[in-house]
Amino acid sequence: MRFSLIIEIARALMTARIKQTLVAAVGVTFSITMFIALLGFMNGLNDLLDGLILNRTAHVRFYNDIKPNEQQPLDLSEEFKDWFNVIRSIKPTVSRVSIYNNEAIIRTLQADKRVLGVAPKIAVQGFFNVGNVDLPAVLNGIAVEEEDRLFAFSDYVVAGDFMDLKYSANSIILGKGAADKMMADLGDYVQLTTAQGNRVLLKVVGYYQSGIGELDNLQSYVSLNTAQKMIGETSSYVTDIQVKLYDFNLSPGLAREYSSIFGIDADDIQTVNAQFETGSQIRSLISYAVGITLLVVSGFGIYNILNMMIYEKMDTIAILKAIGFSGSDVRYIFITIALVIGFVGGLLGLIFGFIACLGIEQIPFETEALPTIKTFPVDFSPKYYLIGGVFSLITTYFAGFFPSQKASSVDPVEIIRGK
Amino acid sequence: MEKKKVIEAQKINKFFFSPTKTQVLREVSFSVNKGEFVSVMGKSGCGKSTLLYILSTMDTDYEGKLFLDDQLITGQSSEKLSRLRNEKIGFVFQFHYLIHEFSVLENVMIPGLKLNRKSREELEYIALEKLKVFEMQDHALKKANQLSGGQKQRVSIARALMNDPLIIMSDEPTGNLDKKNSDLVFGIFRELVVEFQQTMLMVTHDLELAAKTDRTIEMEDGRIISA
Repeated sequence: MRFSLIIEIARALMTARIKQTLVAAVGVTFSITMFIALLGFMNGLNDLLDGLILNRTAHVRFYNDIKPNEQQPLDLSEEFKDWFNVIRSIKPTVSRVSIYNNEAIIRTLQADKRVLGVAPKIAVQGFFNVGNVDLPAVLNGIAVEEEDRLFAFSDYVVAGDFMDLKYSANSIILGKGAADKMMADLGDYVQLTTAQGNRVLLKVVGYYQSGIGELDNLQSYVSLNTAQKMIGETSSYVTDIQVKLYDFNLSPGLAREYSSIFGIDADDIQTVNAQFETGSQIRSLISYAVGITLLVVSGFGIYNILNMMIYEKMDTIAILKAIGFSGSDVRYIFITIALVIGFVGGLLGLIFGFIACLGIEQIPFETEALPTIKTFPVDFSPKYYLIGGVFSLITTYFAGFFPSQKASSVDPVEIIRGK
Repeated sequence: MEKKKVIEAQKINKFFFSPTKTQVLREVSFSVNKGEFVSVMGKSGCGKSTLLYILSTMDTDYEGKLFLDDQLITGQSSEKLSRLRNEKIGFVFQFHYLIHEFSVLENVMIPGLKLNRKSREELEYIALEKLKVFEMQDHALKKANQLSGGQKQRVSIARALMNDPLIIMSDEPTGNLDKKNSDLVFGIFRELVVEFQQTMLMVTHDLELAAKTDRTIEMEDGRIISA
């Protein structure tokens, strides 16, 4: 009853000054709309740019690095054990690039609960022979289905069917840049010489375009079997094991753990691609800052309008106090007004923000670099709506707090006698 | 039989500090008994209004003691004083001070809604009854600002009566009204005292009006010169 009376009085005061109240609410609506649209758009873009690298990168990659042996013969010698040895011009040892006992490693990884999937890969260096010109090439022998499941391979195959890579022998999906240079159409054959000197003829079944030009000039894809055949290795030959986790934040730990168990090198995504994290964090920080600035500005609008309302309604406040309303009752009335403005304005802002996001999502955005993107990307995560809603209430509460404090301390005697 | 004291002031001193320290009330002591119609009279500036606002509990900055219904109310918290005002004191001011955003009926109901002891339906009924006393029931659903001055003052008296207060205080209730309306309002006061044994305290500078009350307290320069 007490609160319903306060709400009733608040409503009456608001309807008496409906235009000002609406202006205040529109201010909140506008800032929340901008907040949602800005964050949705900014984070959509963030996700897209991050995804460009992160979606296609293994969270953990196991491989054998080519490097000089840390224990040189001199160090092992008993005779020079206590000496300070300086050896110049050390060369890397001839170590195998293939991963020893990789099937067991893959099985162990697949059994791990943190792991979403495992895809083996073979990197093959070579040259395309086009007439009398040799174009450098890096061929990735991939497990086609796993590669697609974990790294959205098919998204980047812009022509042809990526599954042909698996079904037809000696087939290749060419990087778009390389294909353009060789003028190789789908169904054409290209000749390739591997670094080991083997020559193979490969049938072009598709183009691959990642959006990163340098990559597209160099990288092409063949199936795991084709790659093994090309370099004359058995089907147990694998140079890389790519692992994708459910939560990529676990990657550094998992990389360290298995690297020591298996005795092979491991890279994790966070160490290799730390700059992407930083970039997107700063971008969202900026959009939060802009959004919150907008809200604070609209908070000042509410502050002004409530202040004006209190000046105009001094008589009402005085009479309410004379007939027995306490200071805190009066304060609740004005805070209620502020919160109603915040709630209604905020809710409309969330709705308009959502509509604005839908609008942004319709704007065409086509670029050579991003073959899968046709319109602007927008992130519809409920997180932003929650933050926007909560912030609209918090700012309006504070905007209402000080004027209501003033209203509660109005001295009725002064007003009533002052006439 | 000694009558019950509704309100009693003991040695009230009051100072104004701006622009300079001046004493507006000097050792004011008096009491009002139940069912009495008392007027406080004096020239403007004699401190009679100041006294009324101290008695009303709205002004708490004074020296001395104040009893309402035999309870010491000097030094109570403002929350408690608000509740006391709501329950036990009715006000009628020179200006009508209705809340323009509300209808006449709602204006009358507000003190009852605030007291929160009865249901809304009951309060609506009581408010209508109070309005009937002043023949204002036909205007119950009008907005407060659609009434004439005399009508507004009648509504504000009805509002003062809403919680059946111990005492009604009024500050120049007819000061802003023409002769006809002022007679009407005073007639209502008289009626309330006679028929409902309502205790009344009225501040006025009008000698004629003061003469018609049960007892007149005359003030000059912050002192009571005759009670």
